[in-house]
Amino acid sequence: MPVTFMIPGPLRALAAERAEVRVDFRSGLLSEALAVLWRECPAVRDRVVTELGEVRPHINVFVDGENARDLGGMAAPVREGAEIFILPALSGG
Amino acid sequence: MPKTQHVTPRNGDVLLLVGTMKGAFLFRANASRKKWERGGPYFAGSAVYAMAYDSRGGRHRIWAGPHSMAWGALLRSSDDFGKKWTNPESANVKFPESAGAALTRIWQITPGRESEPRTMYCGVEPAALFESKDGGTSWNLVEGLWNHPQRAKWMPGAGGLCLHTILPDPADAKRMRIAISAAGMYASDDGGATWRPSNKGVRAEFLPDKYPEFGQCVHKVARAKTQPSRMYLQNHWGLYRSDDNGESWTDIANGVPSDFGFGMAVHAEDADTAWIVPLESDEFRCTPEGKLRVYRTRDGGKSWKPMTKGLPQKEAYETVLRDALAADALDPAGVYFGTRNGKLFGSADEGKSWSAIADGLPPVVCVKAVRVSLPRRRAR
Repeated sequence: MPVTFMIPGPLRALAAERAEVRVDFRSGLLSEALAVLWRECPAVRDRVVTELGEVRPHINVFVDGENARDLGGMAAPVREGAEIFILPALSGG
Repeated sequence: MPKTQHVTPRNGDVLLLVGTMKGAFLFRANASRKKWERGGPYFAGSAVYAMAYDSRGGRHRIWAGPHSMAWGALLRSSDDFGKKWTNPESANVKFPESAGAALTRIWQITPGRESEPRTMYCGVEPAALFESKDGGTSWNLVEGLWNHPQRAKWMPGAGGLCLHTILPDPADAKRMRIAISAAGMYASDDGGATWRPSNKGVRAEFLPDKYPEFGQCVHKVARAKTQPSRMYLQNHWGLYRSDDNGESWTDIANGVPSDFGFGMAVHAEDADTAWIVPLESDEFRCTPEGKLRVYRTRDGGKSWKPMTKGLPQKEAYETVLRDALAADALDPAGVYFGTRNGKLFGSADEGKSWSAIADGLPPVVCVKAVRVSLPRRRAR
């Protein structure tokens, strides 16, 4: 089963206007699943992670409903068939 | 999102590039500079600390460095005065892996010399200089500055550790000056390969050693176009002039209510004329006595006079930040500034009188003034 990434509105133009992107991924780490997404949608990468490969501080990545930061960050486990949401955090002023 | 409106500048118009904490705006007027038309907001929701206009080589290109809190910062440009903007797929300004750093914000965009129409510079936070040799398509970290042995001791100011001022010498392709808060001014005389601090005479009120080799919190440096070796420097406490390319600095805080401030602009044709907006203390950081006063010198800083006609002189607690004061190159010169309270003022007579151009903008962090020079259409 593929892993499904939910692409937030501001980034859809960089993902061929797709709200969902399915990639072939069995199971592994979040960093590995994201690497597959970057191959499918290279323009999304720099918006989501910094040059250091870290998720930007005001973005949350949820793996099956859990914030990846609570699951080990880039080392968070991703199961086959997982749903991964990329969402801007509630921040600003 | 707000509806974006556009301006269509004509040859000879004056264009203000205004960056705010929530997007960018363009203001257009003809040479009389009496009536202004607004374009924008562009990049609504993103902070735009840096904007620039590049008219070299027949271009009329506007650059902006929007920073989205969520999606990061990148450089975008427009060749049609904001109707369309580039949106690069990959971040165009980014640190190489070897630097071990991530871009926080773009603070300055500076076109290179007239003789190098494809060279551009970009100053960022964390403090670093980037250079492009292909008109802004690709950018490289200036390693000579990044690897400076003093960098480990640079300290961030309230705005962050940012490289906010880039001054290529128009007369010498190898000579450049940059300024960082809070590291001070650095000089290169070999095209950016090596750098040395250039802060002789500049006070560091917040350090035990008041006159260190580096570590000053320089807020802005402005170069006189007609006399490039002359520069004016607004420090975190201290107002200075140099007549030797920044090798030494002389205190020129003569008759100002405070020598604290951020913005600074120099007359395009008269190296003795400059404008500042003094602020009260580094705690309050607002206009002294609630009076919004631009101070102008006509004698290279020997004396300064308040310019107040048309500016509020009661309960005007305004702050003008380091890139929010600019002058155009017309005769008489136009002077413009934006405030953290979202006001934009302009003078078409070198500061003698002022009028409001806009009110209710998001906090203004950047104002650049340019005269539009469009390529002539071919005769049929």
